[in-house]
Amino acid sequence: MKPALDWLDHRTGWKKLLHEALFENVPGGARWRYVWGSTLTFCFAIQVVTGLFLWLAYSASAQTAWESVYYIQHEMWGGWFLRGLHHYTAQAMTVLLVLHLMQVVIDGAYKAPREVNFWTGVLLLLLVLALSLTGYLLPWDQKGFWASRVATSIVAITPLVGPALQKLIVGGNDYGHFTLTRFLALHAGFIPGAIIAFIVAHIWLFRRHGLTPKEPRKSSDAPFWPGQVLCDAVACLAVLAAVLFFVVRYHGAELDAPADPSEPFGAARPEWYFLFLFQLLKYFPGGTEFWGAMFIPGLLLAVLCAMPFIGKWKLGHRFNVGFLWAMLAGVALLTWLAVNEDRHNPDYLAAVAAAERDAERVVVLAQSPDGIPQTGAVTLLRNDAFTQGPRLFAANCASCHRFDGGDGLGGTPKGKIGASDLKGFASREWLAGLLDPAQVDGPHYFGGTKFKDDDMAQFVKPEVAGFSAEQKAQLQSVIVAISAEAGLKSQRAPDARDAAIIDQGRRLISTATVRCNDCHQFHVEDKNATAPDLTGYGSREWLVAFITDPAHPRFYGKDNDRMPAFGADKRLSPQEINLVADWLRGDWYEPGAKEGKTK
Amino acid sequence: MAHPPTVPPPPDRRDFLAQAAAVVIGGALALVAPAAGLFVLFDPLRRKAEGGGAVWVASLAALPESGEPRQFPVLATHVDAWNRTPNVRVGAVFLQRLADGGVRAFNASCPHAGCFVGFRADKNCYLCPCHNSTFELDGQVKDRTSPAPRGLDDLPVEIRPGGEIWVRFQNFRPGEKERVPV
Repeated sequence: MKPALDWLDHRTGWKKLLHEALFENVPGGARWRYVWGSTLTFCFAIQVVTGLFLWLAYSASAQTAWESVYYIQHEMWGGWFLRGLHHYTAQAMTVLLVLHLMQVVIDGAYKAPREVNFWTGVLLLLLVLALSLTGYLLPWDQKGFWASRVATSIVAITPLVGPALQKLIVGGNDYGHFTLTRFLALHAGFIPGAIIAFIVAHIWLFRRHGLTPKEPRKSSDAPFWPGQVLCDAVACLAVLAAVLFFVVRYHGAELDAPADPSEPFGAARPEWYFLFLFQLLKYFPGGTEFWGAMFIPGLLLAVLCAMPFIGKWKLGHRFNVGFLWAMLAGVALLTWLAVNEDRHNPDYLAAVAAAERDAERVVVLAQSPDGIPQTGAVTLLRNDAFTQGPRLFAANCASCHRFDGGDGLGGTPKGKIGASDLKGFASREWLAGLLDPAQVDGPHYFGGTKFKDDDMAQFVKPEVAGFSAEQKAQLQSVIVAISAEAGLKSQRAPDARDAAIIDQGRRLISTATVRCNDCHQFHVEDKNATAPDLTGYGSREWLVAFITDPAHPRFYGKDNDRMPAFGADKRLSPQEINLVADWLRGDWYEPGAKEGKTK
Repeated sequence: MAHPPTVPPPPDRRDFLAQAAAVVIGGALALVAPAAGLFVLFDPLRRKAEGGGAVWVASLAALPESGEPRQFPVLATHVDAWNRTPNVRVGAVFLQRLADGGVRAFNASCPHAGCFVGFRADKNCYLCPCHNSTFELDGQVKDRTSPAPRGLDDLPVEIRPGGEIWVRFQNFRPGEKERVPV
């Protein structure tokens, strides 16, 4: 071994290099306050390694970015761990950068002759922030997408070159493939390359001028190895332990639903360490954003860079330390204000809840047997009744109808209930309520409509109320039979079990007791029918046709009460009507539904 | 951790402990990120190819009576990492009508290096355009100087009512003497 190492040493001089690296003098001996630079280098190394491996599986395009990150997070061996390590180490780096800056300023390590090294450090700070800004977009999820749009919009307010600069960064007029290819090239190529170059310069200058000892020195000088190396290693271990805690606690990094420029996202926030800038922007009214987004941060940065010169004055060092503390306190205050405001903002909390729901749902859909189509996972959510149904209901139906007392999204609509509550529409329970003398003209059914005192209520209230036990049993069979017309997914098992009752109920519909066919049509054409057709009542076809045009003779005809013809008037597209109908019928993909249903 | 005392103990012993601890911790630190990455790197090794089910390829009527082979695309569900696309072209087969009324099917990939072979009617043989392997109509290697290590890969064929030709499509590893499914 030794001859080979000697051979290599003759040709490369590695022994001298290693000796210089290890036996650098540490004035006053090893100390914990000197570890920050090493922890940062360690974090950067983790980012390079994890980033390269992530790159192996990442695909930068608008239809594949989220999908590949989903695949890393949910399908690949230990992918969540790798992603989590990258994500939380990035956060740790930001914290360590601030600690390193504080140590350098407090210890006066920025003073002559170390000015240039201080500036390379400030530049490295900015480059690392640029890394996290560009990395935030790469998963192409709702959060990254909307937060990055804010960031690039701020670029556009740069005087003179703003719009052109924004277009260059985004790679076009709008977000798309080129935004991702550019952000990836910046995030994984240009910026890390620049960081490596400046780390080399930073460490070289650090070695050239030596460490700035904190006075008073606690012991005699010692070489870097092994004392300081051990301190550094223990500090790195602590950083890694903290990162791993978060990785395991949150099972990797968060992944929101895929980016959708048509889907507003009220939960968009920048990464927590940019929240102070986010908050600052709120205080600048329209047209003055430049001052909040550029001038103030630029001014603070300029003072930071001027610290080596300010420090030459008598009270300069004290000013610098005070300035740094004041700046950090301001950042902390703004961050707290931002977090606190969000915590008490019901709209934001609702948006976060909706975002979490979408994020969970899209994973369920992606893992379905149909997988992710080539149009991207965003179409999974757009075509999903479970996702879109409540949104469409809240926007179009909830001004009159209710769903379980609310608007379908968990909110409570303003104004009085003007039509029936559609939760469980056409199910046995729902129909039983409709035919209950106590409920038929109540708020859940016809209470808010002009049918409050109409034929149906006239029939149910006096007649059904006076039914004998036998007649009630007959009515129950009719309910089961009409409900079976809907073919609801949730009633597949009872419908199959109760075939005989359904048969009986169908026959009873036209009897003198129940006499539905006085007004309704049921399987036999009836030109005199005045109420909605019960043939296929609540089935997908029936519901779609009803929503399309409730005033059609098949349904309410000219008696229709206020309900718009959503399809006939083109208020909703056929696709949207299908989604609402499927959602009301409880018909959407559920994992394991195929196997479990027949039992 | 305690600060170094002002009167240091014999340096070699204290140094040894510090050195050992630094090396052990440093080694552990260096392992975590690469280990996490290697799992993801090796993930493809555990993924098995889907397929092997019979798919409809062509109608018997589309095959020349003369027994000359014809190439047909194979449509199946294509799984590409996160994408699952039904009914897309995943490969091609040559179909040939046999004298006994049956049908013979070959995967169109050359067993040498995976180029697509073509049928040369003038020489009545299959020819690979990449490295000039030639194959007989029955799939055997024709010219012994061909670089192909084995004959064309035949695939199980099923003729269903109505003259539907169904093929159990499968790719095999090129370059090997024995057939190994991919």
